[in-house]
Amino acid sequence: MDVKREKLPASGSGAGDGQADGGLRVNQLRAQQLLRGELEGRDLEEYVEERVLLTKLDQAQAWARKNAIWPLGFGLACCAIEMITAIGSPRNDLARFGAEVIRFSPRQADMLIISGRVSIKMAPVIRRLYDQMLEPKWVISMGACASSAGMFNNYAIVAGVDKFLPVDVYVPGCPPRPEALMHGIIQLQDKITDDPGLGWRKQYEAEGSEEVA
Amino acid sequence: MTDALAAHEADVDAELLTINLGPHHPATHGVLRLLCTLEAEVVRDIKPIIGYVHTGIEKSCEDQQYWKAITFVERMDYLAYYFNSHAFVMAVERLLGEEVPRRAEYLRVIHLELNRIASHLFWIATAALDIGAVTMLWWGCRDRDRVLDLFEMSSGQRIHTRYFQVGGVMEDIPPGFDAKCREFIEEMPTRLDQYEALLDQNEIWLRRTKGTGIVPEERLLELGVTGPLLRASGNPWDLRKAMPYSVYEDFDFGIPVGTVGDNYDRYRVRMAEMRESLKIVEQALEGLPEGPYITPNRKVALPPRHELATSMESLIHHFKLVTEGFRVPPGEAYVPVESPRGELGCFVLADGSAKPARVHMRDPSFVNLQALADMGRGCLIADFISSIAMLDPILGGVDR
Amino acid sequence: MTRASAGASSTRRKGRKKLPDATGLELVAQSLRERHGDEAVVDSTYYREQATIEVRPESVRDVLGALKDDHKEGYDFLSSLHGCDYLPEEPRLGVHYQLLSMERTDRLCVKTRVGVEEPTVPSVVDLFPTADFHEREVWDMFGVVFDGHPDPRRILMPEDYTGHPQRRDFPMGGEPVLFTFNEHKLPRWYD
Repeated sequence: MDVKREKLPASGSGAGDGQADGGLRVNQLRAQQLLRGELEGRDLEEYVEERVLLTKLDQAQAWARKNAIWPLGFGLACCAIEMITAIGSPRNDLARFGAEVIRFSPRQADMLIISGRVSIKMAPVIRRLYDQMLEPKWVISMGACASSAGMFNNYAIVAGVDKFLPVDVYVPGCPPRPEALMHGIIQLQDKITDDPGLGWRKQYEAEGSEEVA
Repeated sequence: MTDALAAHEADVDAELLTINLGPHHPATHGVLRLLCTLEAEVVRDIKPIIGYVHTGIEKSCEDQQYWKAITFVERMDYLAYYFNSHAFVMAVERLLGEEVPRRAEYLRVIHLELNRIASHLFWIATAALDIGAVTMLWWGCRDRDRVLDLFEMSSGQRIHTRYFQVGGVMEDIPPGFDAKCREFIEEMPTRLDQYEALLDQNEIWLRRTKGTGIVPEERLLELGVTGPLLRASGNPWDLRKAMPYSVYEDFDFGIPVGTVGDNYDRYRVRMAEMRESLKIVEQALEGLPEGPYITPNRKVALPPRHELATSMESLIHHFKLVTEGFRVPPGEAYVPVESPRGELGCFVLADGSAKPARVHMRDPSFVNLQALADMGRGCLIADFISSIAMLDPILGGVDR
Repeated sequence: MTRASAGASSTRRKGRKKLPDATGLELVAQSLRERHGDEAVVDSTYYREQATIEVRPESVRDVLGALKDDHKEGYDFLSSLHGCDYLPEEPRLGVHYQLLSMERTDRLCVKTRVGVEEPTVPSVVDLFPTADFHEREVWDMFGVVFDGHPDPRRILMPEDYTGHPQRRDFPMGGEPVLFTFNEHKLPRWYD
């Protein structure tokens, strides 16, 4: 009886994407080979790597951080109403994404959502809150008034919170729908996995630096 | 030695601690800063410091045309946006001498009362959260989302909808609005019953709110307080009944009035107001007349789009209104309306050009905040927090 | 002065409460002139169903006190106290007192005008305690000094701010809007 053995195509897709190539039959054959002890050397290493989830500690850390962002309970104006709706309304429930624990003390919070217009009297207060937060921390600028001056281009408003804070995600809208804010938070989560723990530092090329308050 | 010790002890008893309930605080309903002078846990004095969300809206309005200023004015008291725009629009209409069609008035009333319900729902959600009943946050936001769905149906936006225009409303309500609104009106009383079942007889709620934050009615009148705070202390002053404006005379509704004026009465008054608003919305839906939804005066209101293709005059009017805007003859007008927090007045000074020369909102939260000091003196700090919650300040209106 | 009802589309008024009408206003103005001197009351206007009495700044306290106490069911509620800048008319700064009589459901506006050089108006905080915050705001925004106010500090702007923002000659402030033609010329914060 002639048993035909097919040479499997080399899995050139790189770590983390092994299931996609070749389809089910290929994977079955490779599993068979592993059980028979026929995978050697490089093939064996790749096989194991593809199937083990946590390959690096950074990625593990990023995954944990993104799924448990603790927002600072901070709301300024109308956007705060939509933020509370996004967090507290049963329809759009932020707890699904792990961000339900709202900490009111900046020492215990990860994320600062600037929701609302920032007046010149409030700006130093926000800066102080931001300084009191511990690394890693992220900032979402929610709404038009926090991202730019919004519609209030006048003497009393700081035109955009990025004048004194580094911002990771801008969510436009006046006010943005709760779904838009959640999209912003999910984008922040994606950003966290891409640049674990660094966030804005890469954008402003400030890696390896430390903030001196 | 004993003298020194006695003196020291007397000193310790009289020791007052001034703490800062800073602009960032979970229980201050916005960025309100309070300097509390405490003796042990009893509040001796309160000084509110405001201005942390001062946006210069009033000055910005001087630079905008009248119909653009509607969007600015809406963002002052950001939970009662229809009321802000209603007061402003009524002031401009009074200066122009413009009549509003009846259908538009009815539509306005429907949206105003729905906004009152939404504002009170958000109030109870956050007030109960402050006092500790976290379930109300979920329930209040859930029902408020249903009201915002109705707003989205009629104007496309949930919040700050610029639905009210000078001379009427922006657009007629779409076909499904009536059915959805009636659905909401039918379900809401049972929901309100649920909320009251949770809180009305709740031991903790009663202990926190009954007997706390009492200010005598005369003092409230001296301080200029209006709205549910005044009604809770027994004075049935409601602008919708006392000095009716718009079409409120056509509707049959009651004014809930409290007896003692403590936080519990304020809570009961607002819950009852929600029921009365539901009645008004139902009557308005029943009696909604046919007709135009905005004044036919083309010098003030934009012509309908289909006319732009056929009529040259409409095109000219449209062009004039969009580029320069309508001009208002010189004059001053102060128009008060009854917002969920009290008397919301809008003062417009017109100087004959297309931009207002001065827009000022007499915001109820700004005035009601002066009652905080009276509410706080002599009570425990925890009761003071529930007083702030029941006062329902909206800092956007306070700071403008 | 009744509203002209133009057909079925106008708003109906049934059982309208009495608002201050023109004759009533003249009577009030006359009685105030008798009490406080002819020069106290400068003007009285009735426009679009709203009654306004203009008084001189020095007699504001007397007039408001009289309106509050002396009339039967007087105007004992101060709805609003706000400022106004009438540039280019002189005197520039106006202070408006919106009075309300709850028993008679009657509104009356008392206004006074001061110039920028001497913007002093007596404070009415002891007559109407609600005027506390209002007068602070008018001081903050317009620079009108209220004599006798217990706490004349800025209320909305930061304590150390200079200038009175809502005057008409105060610049609007803000930033120029970035377009493609000017974005290279304006310095950004990270430059």
